[in-house]
Amino acid sequence: MHEKTKDHAALADQFNKDEPRVDWHDETLWWVRQKRDKAAHQVPDWEVLRNTASGIKDNVLSNLGAYLEKFEEQARNNGVTVHWAADATEHNQIIHSLLQRHGVDKMVKSKSMLTEECHLNEYLKEQGIEVIDTDLGERVVQLAGEPPSHIVLPCIHKKKEEIGEIFHEHLGTPAGNADPQFLTHAARLHLREKFLTRRVALTGVNFAIAQTGEFVVCTNEGNADMGAHLADVHIACMGIEKIIPERKHLGVFLRLLTRSATGQPITTYSSHFRKPRAGQEMHIVIVDNGRSIQLGRKDFRNSLKCIRCAACMNTCPVYRRSGGHSYHTAVAGPIGSILAPNLDMKKYADLPFASTLCGSCSNVCPVKIDIHEQLYKWRQVIVQEGNAPVAKTAAMQAMDFVLSHPSVYRTAGKTGRWFLHNAPFTVNNGLNAWYKQRDMPAAPQKSFGEWYKKNRKG
Amino acid sequence: MSSREKILSAIRSSQPAFRELPALPTGQPAAPQELAERFSKVLEAIGGAVYFVPGFDAVAKILKELHPGAKRIVSDCPELAALAERPSGEEDPHSFEDIDVTVLRAQFGVAENGACWITEERMIERAVPFICQHLALVIDKKDIVPSMHEAYDRIAGEVYGFGTFIAGPSKTADIEQSLVLGAHGPRSMVAFVLDMDAQDAGFY
Ligand code: SF4
Repeated sequence: MHEKTKDHAALADQFNKDEPRVDWHDETLWWVRQKRDKAAHQVPDWEVLRNTASGIKDNVLSNLGAYLEKFEEQARNNGVTVHWAADATEHNQIIHSLLQRHGVDKMVKSKSMLTEECHLNEYLKEQGIEVIDTDLGERVVQLAGEPPSHIVLPCIHKKKEEIGEIFHEHLGTPAGNADPQFLTHAARLHLREKFLTRRVALTGVNFAIAQTGEFVVCTNEGNADMGAHLADVHIACMGIEKIIPERKHLGVFLRLLTRSATGQPITTYSSHFRKPRAGQEMHIVIVDNGRSIQLGRKDFRNSLKCIRCAACMNTCPVYRRSGGHSYHTAVAGPIGSILAPNLDMKKYADLPFASTLCGSCSNVCPVKIDIHEQLYKWRQVIVQEGNAPVAKTAAMQAMDFVLSHPSVYRTAGKTGRWFLHNAPFTVNNGLNAWYKQRDMPAAPQKSFGEWYKKNRKG
Repeated sequence: MSSREKILSAIRSSQPAFRELPALPTGQPAAPQELAERFSKVLEAIGGAVYFVPGFDAVAKILKELHPGAKRIVSDCPELAALAERPSGEEDPHSFEDIDVTVLRAQFGVAENGACWITEERMIERAVPFICQHLALVIDKKDIVPSMHEAYDRIAGEVYGFGTFIAGPSKTADIEQSLVLGAHGPRSMVAFVLDMDAQDAGFY
């Protein structure tokens, strides 16, 4: 990425050129969100669970150093080798050196957003190592030469016809066949051969338990297990925030995770890896990569409670209509927009502005992260540090002025409504990115303030 | 300073004041019959099948009906010796590649999500429940707990190298959210619930 990355508004613009696709994307994700609602409503103590999960994570963040040391000690006792990586580069180097030590130039990988964050695949490719992503959605985007657009549903932006074409080109399936059943079966055969022949498997980690040194990996496909149980070497990569204190706390998180993600009661497999099998090597790479800095940011540390369920993306009106790639970061959507500025405030200055601040994300979040409040706070930090995107600066300065002058606010509202009714083209200029490709809502004839003034005496 | 020290000291200087752990919620206790029904309903809704059977003869009979063409059936259940081969578990995991049907005894089931908990001593070898084309798990009716909280009460002190919850067949909906059973692991999954009261014929 040498050229300047386009910002969210420009990338959303590209996505918005194909309106039927945007509608389809929007509706598909909303459907997933509704499945989440149905599943959540079937659990009577859902809110108790969310509070408990949030409370456990509060405890974790307040005692993270001790928990990590405990986890390391236990994992070592279990016969697992523990590595620490301060940043993405060190993480990638550790994995590369493990592969080199075993003289291996091919490996299978199941879903790990951390390795996306660290750009592991690109790094290993430069070292001449072939990585096969084994999650079906990840394999699809990998073959297409794209990053995942969603942390749970990596190829949610692709139509089945496009996937049919990709498989035709790379796996030799018949041209024009876009049947999901058929394509999934083709991928099953293609990937089974990889599982059976690769000696190293890398997996992510959903939860790591300080008390026992074990880690839990959740999948529906079974790809993490197929990879790990058939490989001589299993490498598991985790961010420092994946720690939970005791095994029993999994009860809370596993009840929340998949119901929030897809509306399923649990993933097909929730695998607890504690010791390598006889003759196998197991490695855990614990990665910081900016997380300890975020931990020190009082207003933003709660973002580290995230369990990567993606509910905040599925519900987000901006994500649904702009697509995951418009966020130009590994983790898209509302949570990605509060994580990314911590890593690079300049590069990701646009992301906290890619939100309506409607608060729907915070309402669905299973660990009760105040996502929309953090988005708002990031805007302030970014503007204060002089990193605000140009269009936003002009708009915000005007907004600031208007909000601090109530009489102007009333006039501005009236003017805005007048312009929308009478001269909509004037609102559609470069400074109003959200107008592009969208019909502005019909302006109400009266604002609530006007209505209230007129009616309160009646 | 090593990365380990660097990371730990950065964490220690960043982490907020200590917060106590909250108390954990508990599930709702219920009668075994009700839990078994809930388990069965949920597992069927997520693509699994459930049979209430009085014993292993019924298990064998149903499996033969379900998989008439199966060439390789493996099981660690001594009761199924006539039906299935019983590998030692010392084999190379790759040698299990051609298993059609695996039958294993899981420790218990969970009513709220249809999952069964099984640890590696009961798997023959870790790869076996994943690499087979079809998976059958056998549990006792009395071993169905209401929720994941009770599940972890049972597991809390258990020592294992590897254990997993399995809920239904391997599946994916990555292509346009269309559900397809049989991603990388088993294409079907059945749970046999051993129930002395179940009739040999007719109940299932
Ligand atoms: S922020 Fe909350 S809702 Fe969003 S992915 Fe993380 S846990 Fe899920």
